[in-house]
Amino acid sequence: MRHTLPFVATLLLILLVATPTRLPGFASIAPQLPLASIFYWAIYRPDLLRPWAAFVLGAIADTIAGTPLGVSSLMFLAVQGMAGSQRRILGRSFLMAWWGFALVGGGAMLLEWAATSLELVKLLPVRALAFQYLMTLTVYPLLAWAFARAQVALLQRS
Amino acid sequence: MAIMPHSGAPGRLATLRLLAQRFAFVALVLASFMLMLLGKADTLLIERVRLVVQDTAAPVLDVMSRPAAAVAQLFASVREIARIRADNVRLKEENERLLHWQTVARRLDEENRALHGQLNYVPDPATSFITARVVGDTGGAFVDSMLVNAGSRDGVRKGEAVFAGEAMVGRIAEVGLRFARVLLLTDINSHLPVMIEGSHAKAILSGENSDRPRLNYLSPNAVVQPGDRVMTSGDGGAFPPGLPIGVVSSVQDGAPSVEPFVHRYQLEYVAIVNYGLPGIIDGEAGEEGSSQ
Repeated sequence: MRHTLPFVATLLLILLVATPTRLPGFASIAPQLPLASIFYWAIYRPDLLRPWAAFVLGAIADTIAGTPLGVSSLMFLAVQGMAGSQRRILGRSFLMAWWGFALVGGGAMLLEWAATSLELVKLLPVRALAFQYLMTLTVYPLLAWAFARAQVALLQRS
Repeated sequence: MAIMPHSGAPGRLATLRLLAQRFAFVALVLASFMLMLLGKADTLLIERVRLVVQDTAAPVLDVMSRPAAAVAQLFASVREIARIRADNVRLKEENERLLHWQTVARRLDEENRALHGQLNYVPDPATSFITARVVGDTGGAFVDSMLVNAGSRDGVRKGEAVFAGEAMVGRIAEVGLRFARVLLLTDINSHLPVMIEGSHAKAILSGENSDRPRLNYLSPNAVVQPGDRVMTSGDGGAFPPGLPIGVVSSVQDGAPSVEPFVHRYQLEYVAIVNYGLPGIIDGEAGEEGSSQ
């Protein structure tokens, strides 16, 4: 039961991102919290968030956000794949992970942009994406801290 | 998976398992591309699954959006208190002006009715509307759409116009049992036949995923100035003519941009209006015919 934490947490973040804030201009630059969650768990507990889970979460995210189906799945899998393959290095320290997220997350969001543009057959504006990237990067430490607390409290095995 | 075998035959097993994992990963990546293709093809199955997922998520979003709305309301009321005097003066002036307009409107209404009587005018079909709350403001940088907490069981139909106050903000793009998705006029997939008030110059209002949609296909000799009001033209038969949308904000470099009367972040409650018009929206008429 406790082992569903990564999945449930990511799902909650997907819903949280979708709640209306009614702040001017915020909706288009709201941080990609689910992406940070996928990244975190791919490094620290990849056994609890398997690729199929990332795929399913991506499909749910796309469905709720109304973005073309499959785009988020692809993005989540890309983050998971990249982070997972370098987890020994990225997991060494928090700064390392943050720096890794800057690279991996940025790459994934560019991938999302390319895939969505391809799907809609239109070149989408990049400005909002750049702000969204910065927002996501800024929020990552907070999220990582919360996850670390949750991980210690619920998942740590002696 | 936590226990890793160390030597011999179990070692081979681990390699096999690793290979299987790699394969599963690649398969899932391919599946994502498949989903993208399937989504593009608009298959019925995908549509159904989407609706089920959203119908499940809608009540959860509904609950989650309430505290968010409360916080937003708190900020709004603080801002309002700060402006209360200025607002009062402005509202008094506005009220005076509107009272004048009311007289004018009453007179015009009388006149209009009399003229209709003389002409044997066929009245527009009766309109009905549903008010719904915005529960999801989604899509991030790529999509300008919203989820509202009214769906087909409340009588919402695909293609209906969505209003905030007096201004049109979008149309219903997707309908589930308890929710509907509003495609805002600012979305890059939104194209709406409009006209300029006064000159009646026709154009297509196209969203750009930014705050200000643009007027495309404007006839070359049409004169458009900042401040001109933009409203629906009624072309295509989906919406009646004359629904207010916004004002022209700038006319530089080619297509003029339009400042909508209502912005995305201001939407809390919206009215979904059924004009009883058949409309030609995304071949939806055919879909409806086949489902009945």
